[in-house]
Order: sequence, then C-alpha cells, then structure tokens
Amino acid sequence: MVLIHILVSFLLGTGLFFTFVGSIGLLRFPDFYTRLHATGKCDTLGAGLIILGLLVYHFFHYTETPLIPTKLVFLIFFIFIANPTATHALMKAAYQIGIKPWRLGEKRQ
Amino acid sequence: MRKEERLFAIILTFFIMALFWILLSGKFDAFHLISGLISCLIVAFLSHDLLVTKKTQKKLLKSVRLVRYIPWELWQIVLANIDVAYRVLHPKMPIDPRIIEFETSLRGEFSQVTLANSITLTPGTITIWVEPERGKFCVHAIAKEPADALLVDQTMQKKVAHVFMEG
Repeated sequence: MVLIHILVSFLLGTGLFFTFVGSIGLLRFPDFYTRLHATGKCDTLGAGLIILGLLVYHFFHYTETPLIPTKLVFLIFFIFIANPTATHALMKAAYQIGIKPWRLGEKRQ
Repeated sequence: MRKEERLFAIILTFFIMALFWILLSGKFDAFHLISGLISCLIVAFLSHDLLVTKKTQKKLLKSVRLVRYIPWELWQIVLANIDVAYRVLHPKMPIDPRIIEFETSLRGEFSQVTLANSITLTPGTITIWVEPERGKFCVHAIAKEPADALLVDQTMQKKVAHVFMEG
C-alpha cells in the first residue's frame, strides 16, 4: 500500500508540475502561437498524469468497482485525441485571421 | 461479400459491442447480460457491414502497427513536456519561433489526422494547417531544432507512413 501511495503521489505531483509549468508558460511566452505551445502540450500530459494517478488510487482502494478505472482510461484516451485537435483548431483560426507570429528580437505583444 | 467474410464481420462486430456493453453497463446479473448480448447479436447481424468492410484485413494490420506506434508517441509526449518546461523555466527563454512547410506522401484522411496530432503533441511543433490533396503540412515550430527534426530527419513522417502503408 505504501508503494501505491508513493506511485500515486508521484503521478499527481508530476501532473501538477506540468499543468503549473503550462500556466507559467502562458504568462511568460511572447505571443499567441508560443503560448499555445505551453498550454497545448502541458495540459495534455498534466491532465493525463492526474487522471492516471486517480485511476491507480481507485483501482487499489475500491476494488469492488473496477469499472470506474476503465472509464477513466477512456477519458485519458479522448483527452489525448481532443486536446491536440483543439490546439490545432485555435492555431489555424489565429493564422487565418492574420495574427503575426512573433520572431526572435521583436518586442512581446 | 463472401459467406465466410460475412460471418467473420458479424462475429467481430458482436465481440466489440459485447465488450463495450459489459464495460459500460457495469451490471453482471443474468438479465442484463443476456438482454445485452441479444441486442448485440441483433445489431451485429443488421449493421456489421458498417464496421467491417472488405479492406478489414489490411485495416487490422494497420491497427497492429498503430498499437506499436503509440508507445513511441507517448514517449515523445513526455519529451515534449520536458522540452516546454525547460523553455518556460529557463531565465532567458530560449525560443526562436518560425513557420515551416513540407510535403508528405500521406493521402489518407486518418493518416493525415494522425500525423497532424502527433506533430502537435511532440516537442516544439504545432500543426497550423494541412492541404489534404498534396499532403502539405504547415507547422509552427518554437525553435530551430524541432523544425529541423521535421524538415531534415523526417522520423515522424516515415513512422506514420509505415503505419498506414502509404510510403
């Protein structure tokens, strides 16, 4: 059980770290496109790791309901498809209405 | 469709739907199991040709290759996050954004979607738009190295082309 707790804490901790880094990136990066790099990637793995941690916890603590972890697996699967698609949709929309990408050496927007 | 192919299609559809029924209903008593399995059988018999078509054998081979592609992709996602975390937390913020374009041999809808989403999830690159007819991809890269990985090495294009047999 202690090992499970360590594993769950590790998964939740790294998940929180990546979502946190994504938020910092959202504030620090200079323009729309680079900000999407931070949020689009970090949220995917961050949310995935947090759900994975919850899944492991539930699987070993509430063995009488094994279907909930299965549904969480589906949730991770759909997040990993939906998140890059949404990122790409935002990127395409921004490119089409003509937001200029930031180049090295320019002032931040 | 020949007789064996039809039978194979019905059985495959039945098993996929029975699996989902058991997973999502969560009830294991005789009434729910039997009524669920009977419903699966009726639906499999009526609409198996929607799920399983003539090209199913090729599709199964592609699925096997796709399953072998996913672990590599997951590892790339972890690398992507470490890369972004490094660029975010570094005091000088080592970014040099650019937009690149390249053409691929991919023509299928699903293969292009897979490559586009893989590009978005891997280190330092996000797909902006895709031209389906020419297999042309326009990608925003956050620095020079991830752009070169797509333009020069082309590891990812080769892997996706191998998975979907569109090399």
